[in-house]
Amino acid sequence: MSAAGYLLTPVAGLGRLTLSALATLGRIAIFAAQVVTHLFRPPYYPRELGHAIMQIGWFSLPVVGLTALFTGGALALQIYAGGERFSAESVVPAIVAIGMVRELGPVLGGLMVAARVASSIAAEIGTMKVTEQIDALVTLSTNPIKYLALPRVVAATLAVPVLVAVGDAIGIMGGWLVGVNRLGFNSAAYIKNTVDFLEFWDVASGLWKGAAFGFIVAVLGCYHGMNSGRGAQGVGRATKSAVVGASVLILAANYLLTEVFFSS
Amino acid sequence: MITLKDVHKTFGTNQVLRGVDLTIASGSSMVIIGGSGTGKSVLLKCILGLVHHDRGLIELDGQDVTKGDRDAFLARFGMLFQGGALFDSLRVWENVAFRLLRGSLRRPKAEAREIAIEKLRRVGLGPQVADLFPAELSGGMQKRVGLARAIAAEPEVIFFDEPTTGLDPIMSGVINDLIREIVVEMGATAMTITHDMTSVRAIADNVAMLHGGMIRWTGPVAEMDATSDPYVQQFIHGRAEGPIESVR
Repeated sequence: MSAAGYLLTPVAGLGRLTLSALATLGRIAIFAAQVVTHLFRPPYYPRELGHAIMQIGWFSLPVVGLTALFTGGALALQIYAGGERFSAESVVPAIVAIGMVRELGPVLGGLMVAARVASSIAAEIGTMKVTEQIDALVTLSTNPIKYLALPRVVAATLAVPVLVAVGDAIGIMGGWLVGVNRLGFNSAAYIKNTVDFLEFWDVASGLWKGAAFGFIVAVLGCYHGMNSGRGAQGVGRATKSAVVGASVLILAANYLLTEVFFSS
Repeated sequence: MITLKDVHKTFGTNQVLRGVDLTIASGSSMVIIGGSGTGKSVLLKCILGLVHHDRGLIELDGQDVTKGDRDAFLARFGMLFQGGALFDSLRVWENVAFRLLRGSLRRPKAEAREIAIEKLRRVGLGPQVADLFPAELSGGMQKRVGLARAIAAEPEVIFFDEPTTGLDPIMSGVINDLIREIVVEMGATAMTITHDMTSVRAIADNVAMLHGGMIRWTGPVAEMDATSDPYVQQFIHGRAEGPIESVR
């Protein structure tokens, strides 16, 4: 191979990788648009929606709650330790609250839901594809996107903001527990500082992020499940792709939404 | 009547169907035979629109299957999948009555359940299985439930994809008899894909052999044994030697 060839090979590889990633992103966007269009076209499957809300929302509460509790506590310790350097320990309640509701609540909640829900959706739908259950749905005059994807996407978009709200509250409580019991804050003062400092938009922006992350998680889970390869390996790969893809997209979307919400 | 004219389908570089011509008369039972990977399932999926053919024409009663109201078209079909393809999250009766619980054929829940239990009885299963989940059933019972689901809405056309695969010979015989009885009783048009020559003889009015992406031979089942076609002869007698290449 010539010197130019050696130089171009990695560039060509990078190009192929970029094109492939963009093509996948495009296919996911088309799939998401298809799901959304079904929102405006009956029939609907309320039983499936209810089941999905339970699976995605209710059963994710423990993992999101525990994550938020420990994160709030650790955040309080970190901010206290950092604040000590310039005698600003009193900012702990305010920074814990703002850190939880704006960033850590939605992002960690989204990532935990991605790990728990995107994987389960992709594995379930992938297995359905491999065992011809999706073909069976079609032969039974039922659109798989409407029956399988739409209820999960709607459920996740509605449930994740609720999970984020609960996670925010538990995270702040984690900070309060550490602040009062470990760092010597006065309980009433800690709570007053938290309440006084938080603004409506701090909380609302986190909830909007939660809705976006829920949408991403469910779309990625459904997309990779429906495009799963054959056999156990195909389902395994679909599950991995759903979790990795959802996690990366959540972090990217978080940056974009933060720019949109707070750049001014 | 189902008519296929010059149907082609390619996956990547693999030309699976290379011009299939076939006619299945109304009320008759056609069995498609052929080696593994010859495109039998693809052919069936092309008719149902689960896979889109690249070229050629597929008609049901003179109507192009790719045109017209898809829901109305699919409502005329029932299908038994190779592995049953029962929905794990639904109870047995909900699987059987799936089509009757939603869409254009929707019935009240109690009536749908009643019909499901009647169809289960028709395939030899008692009402006690109605509230079980598919995972609680044996392979043979799952096949029967799949069969009950296929006939639940009394379709005009029923497809059977490898109906006896994975079953013991006795259960295979039971399923073959059930298929034959139900098809005759309902007057439905049936298309079955199988490797199982016992099934062929039990189910078929007519047989078609798919090889090399085309229909190699077709005719009444009674003429199958007498045909001089070497491909058919090799296949029905399960010989390793012959024009069909086998991988050893």
